Amino acid sequence: MEQIVTKEQSKSADESVLNLFWAVLKRDLMLAYRKKSDLFNPLIFFLMVATLFPLGVSPEPDFLAEVAPGVVWVAALLATLLSMDSLFRSDFEDGTLEQTLLSPQPLFIVVLAKVLAHWMMSGLPLTLLAPLLGVMLFLPAEGMSGLMMSLLLGTPTLSLIGAIGAALTVGLRKGGVLISLLVLPLYIPVLIFGTSAVQAAVTGLPLAGFFALLGAMLALGFVMAPLAISAALRISVSG
Amino acid sequence: MNFDSFSDFIAMGGHGFYVWLSYAIALLIVVINIVSPVLLKRKVFSDLARRLRREKKSS
Amino acid sequence: MSEKKKWLPRWFYQLASPRWSYDIMGKLLPGFALVALISLVVGTIWALLYAPADYQQGNSFRIIYIHVPSAILAQSCYMLMAVAGAIGLIWKMKVADMVAKSCAPIGATMAILALATGAIWGKPTWGSWWVWDARLTSMLILLFLYLGVVALHSAIESEATAAQSAAVLALVGLVNIPIIKYSVDWWNTLHQPATFKLTERPAMAPEMWMPLLVMVIGFYCFFAVSLMMRTRNEILIRERRSSWVKELVGKQ
Repeated sequence: MEQIVTKEQSKSADESVLNLFWAVLKRDLMLAYRKKSDLFNPLIFFLMVATLFPLGVSPEPDFLAEVAPGVVWVAALLATLLSMDSLFRSDFEDGTLEQTLLSPQPLFIVVLAKVLAHWMMSGLPLTLLAPLLGVMLFLPAEGMSGLMMSLLLGTPTLSLIGAIGAALTVGLRKGGVLISLLVLPLYIPVLIFGTSAVQAAVTGLPLAGFFALLGAMLALGFVMAPLAISAALRISVSG
Repeated sequence: MNFDSFSDFIAMGGHGFYVWLSYAIALLIVVINIVSPVLLKRKVFSDLARRLRREKKSS
Repeated sequence: MSEKKKWLPRWFYQLASPRWSYDIMGKLLPGFALVALISLVVGTIWALLYAPADYQQGNSFRIIYIHVPSAILAQSCYMLMAVAGAIGLIWKMKVADMVAKSCAPIGATMAILALATGAIWGKPTWGSWWVWDARLTSMLILLFLYLGVVALHSAIESEATAAQSAAVLALVGLVNIPIIKYSVDWWNTLHQPATFKLTERPAMAPEMWMPLLVMVIGFYCFFAVSLMMRTRNEILIRERRSSWVKELVGKQ
């Protein structure tokens, strides 16, 4: 009985999917690198939001230490949200998106690579900058590792969910605020478990459960979000 | 009947404001959800009728 | 020629015709309206006059007869919106799209009613106008999901595209609702003392759940009436160029 697909054919198909992933990732990273402001704006916003809280409420170390986990997380969430609009917009405007949709390449892989590239230029820098904010908001040192790990697990999920909103609104001229409205309710579980992880780290409680939940949400997002994003892209571009 | 007199009924054992406010809001929302489609239907009919008349006149 | 086995009942395919749907909804409207009116009037009188007051909360307990039905409706409406959206997405059925679009504003008002009555109930019960209780917070998030769907519909000009996008959004929201519920519940146990319970009660006495049942039925029928009216309007607007609509308008 002949094999339907030979080993060589199957191997080269896997390779080409992987090649597609890397190619899209490299392209998006290179394009993002050229517009450095897209990288720095969310970071500056992140820093500013965290500055607003002491200014607007109280600079008392006790108060700030208590709200620090939540403030850093909310700031990271808002900064991610702010950067989501640019995910598909430039490709949409110059027609690349339409070409991508028409090509026989699996859209799931392309979308995943684009979101990963976007996260590497937004969520990852936020995660790396977070300890600085922690220090500014008097987050106890025990909380730092919890903060970074929770953001490391949580920000990719935020990027994936935000990409759904970006895909739904890419065809609209003013998509920006609408993305926030669509996506914020979906962000709430990630926010709740992310901040709880940091608070547990501060009080010395075990973190494994929180990371497991955040990881589970990331896994779910990894598998399901690209489906929704692809569907939304097809609808937005054809509409 | 749970109440001895009409004034007792309105007072609701001290919680009258809350009970009546809730039922009033409920009534408002029920009315809005019925009246709004009815008004829209009238508007749709008048708009379409106007367009039909315009088409007939121009043809 | 043998007939291929139909996977779905005939009326499902008939619903695809906007004209047929318009007519059938027109026939169903008076019946549902009558049942709604009777149930709501009887239920309200029963709730206000004949149902017993709670021995702990007194007469403010009567708010439950509005709060619980509106909360149930807000959740059921979202399910219907997501299912109708999915049907429109999969089978490209225009009427399903229109039903989904019509669900959104009604569901949003139900959520608002549930939130308002929940907050009003909170004042005499716990002394404050708002509590970050798990159920109220989940209902607030549900309201945001509804408002997102409404906003998406109004932002996209093409009706067909708007319906498809809103369907995707509604389905993503549907998948998230259990996750949101779980996380808000969990967050609530962390931050609220365990004594705060809104509608968690031991088995209700029949004197209490019977008027509640009547109110729930009344609310469902009222929802059906409002939904059918809105959907019929959508059908008229979307099908305005077809001959049967022109004929209908001409008759007025």
